[in-house]
Amino acid sequence: MRHRAGAAAVVLLLCAVAACGSGGSGSSGASSGGSTKLTVYAAASLTPTFTELGRQFEAAHRGVTVAFSFGGSSDLVSQIQQGAPADVFASADTATMDKATSDHLVDGHPVDFASNTLEIAVPPGNPAGITSLKDLTGPGTKVVVCAPEVPCGAAAQKVERSAGVTLRPVSEEQSVTDVLNKVEQGEADAGLVYVTDVKSAGVKVDGVTFPESSSAVNTYSIAALRGSKNPDLARQFVRLVTGRAGRSVLAAAGFAGP
Amino acid sequence: MATGPRQVGLPAWLFLPAALGALFVLLPLAAMLTRIRWSHFLALVGSESSVAALLLSLRTSTASTVLCVVLGVPMAMVLARTSFRGQQLLRSLVLLPLVLPPVVGGIALLYTFGRRGLLGHSLDVLGIQVAFSTTAVVMAQTFVALPFLVVSLEGALRSAGQRYEAVAATLGARPTTVFRRVTLPLVLPGLASGAVLSFARSLGEFGATITFAGSLQGVTRTLPLEIYLQRETDPDAAVALSLVLVVVAVVVLGLARGGRGIR
Repeated sequence: MRHRAGAAAVVLLLCAVAACGSGGSGSSGASSGGSTKLTVYAAASLTPTFTELGRQFEAAHRGVTVAFSFGGSSDLVSQIQQGAPADVFASADTATMDKATSDHLVDGHPVDFASNTLEIAVPPGNPAGITSLKDLTGPGTKVVVCAPEVPCGAAAQKVERSAGVTLRPVSEEQSVTDVLNKVEQGEADAGLVYVTDVKSAGVKVDGVTFPESSSAVNTYSIAALRGSKNPDLARQFVRLVTGRAGRSVLAAAGFAGP
Repeated sequence: MATGPRQVGLPAWLFLPAALGALFVLLPLAAMLTRIRWSHFLALVGSESSVAALLLSLRTSTASTVLCVVLGVPMAMVLARTSFRGQQLLRSLVLLPLVLPPVVGGIALLYTFGRRGLLGHSLDVLGIQVAFSTTAVVMAQTFVALPFLVVSLEGALRSAGQRYEAVAATLGARPTTVFRRVTLPLVLPGLASGAVLSFARSLGEFGATITFAGSLQGVTRTLPLEIYLQRETDPDAAVALSLVLVVVAVVVLGLARGGRGIR
């Protein structure tokens, strides 16, 4: 009985492997069944705006579905370098896009399409009474930032330097969403995140703007990729993002112009 | 095929999937080795942040293993040597972290011991703040590692049986004496391998830690968190540190095998 179950499991496993094998070859790029898939790799902070733009693109292009992979820009670029089947790449900073360009992965030239600055996020009602960047250095104030290794942390460091302020964070998080979470849950008194993050978090956090934020502006960059099986569609998607429709969706989410 | 006694030998066809399975586990490890830049290895592994992460990992894993033994031995005793209503259910619940995604464990811990958690306010009043501290790391590790100790020790207790304990009791030994002089020595190998497994699980803990404890060099950033962070900017360092973690894990599992060999 047990042996038979084992045999069944093996057969199942082999079937699964075989299925993956045969499915994998046809899944990237254009598929034969009438509908075309466009795969867009985009920085995590673009999730709401690009989802909306993807919907607009699908509405304007019959038979095209847009699939997104949202994640940290550096993660995404290394996946593309490893041969991930992406048609378009949108990065949260130009440095990361440069990696794709210097690896000859980009079709044409990348286009800068939006920018973002930092803002202080505090739990609703601002219990610690934060009004400026200096307030974050107060004793007993629990501040969370991104680690300097990721773009939002690099921006935070730049802002600190230009303001002459030294933060002593209780945690240096992996991504801006992790910082936001710690603030939303009230574990931290304040966190440095992007303007757009404060906006998309809605009532779950309050935002405190500070003048020094202008010293670190993240510029978002987008490009069609050379490996794309649908180069025309990829370029059209880039045009949608950089065009009027893209600008209005991005502006509504709090992004500034490039 | 299905009725043959086990000792007769394996059906030949089993070897192919077995070999595939072994290859599936070993090949990625070998692939990692090919990516290591040996010329920079020591510099990458010896950097200040790497050493801090390794030391923190060893320290917290040791602490959580001790906690696992202190809490897990009594738990295994109660589960193996008593029977009461709802024991099965209790066992399943206690072992839940084995199958739970660690991130879920981290969220659960946060809602218990976090500043706004179930016990957070009471702890705050006592002047204890768990979040963002090394204590939080140890708690996260203990949460995920405890079931490993309980499972392996309960198994050892059950297979050891109660004969010697019964004899000792009839000779007039008190329960504490039986536990100390008979039960514990009998299951010591099982306890040792359970402890080693808990240590290994603590060492690899990632999801619950990053969710519950945060990430700060020397305080909460353990080796797996450091590897995940280094991947962002310095993949070479991430691979080098991964190898360190693999080596530590292999040593630990070797110790566990040694412990089982005694039994």
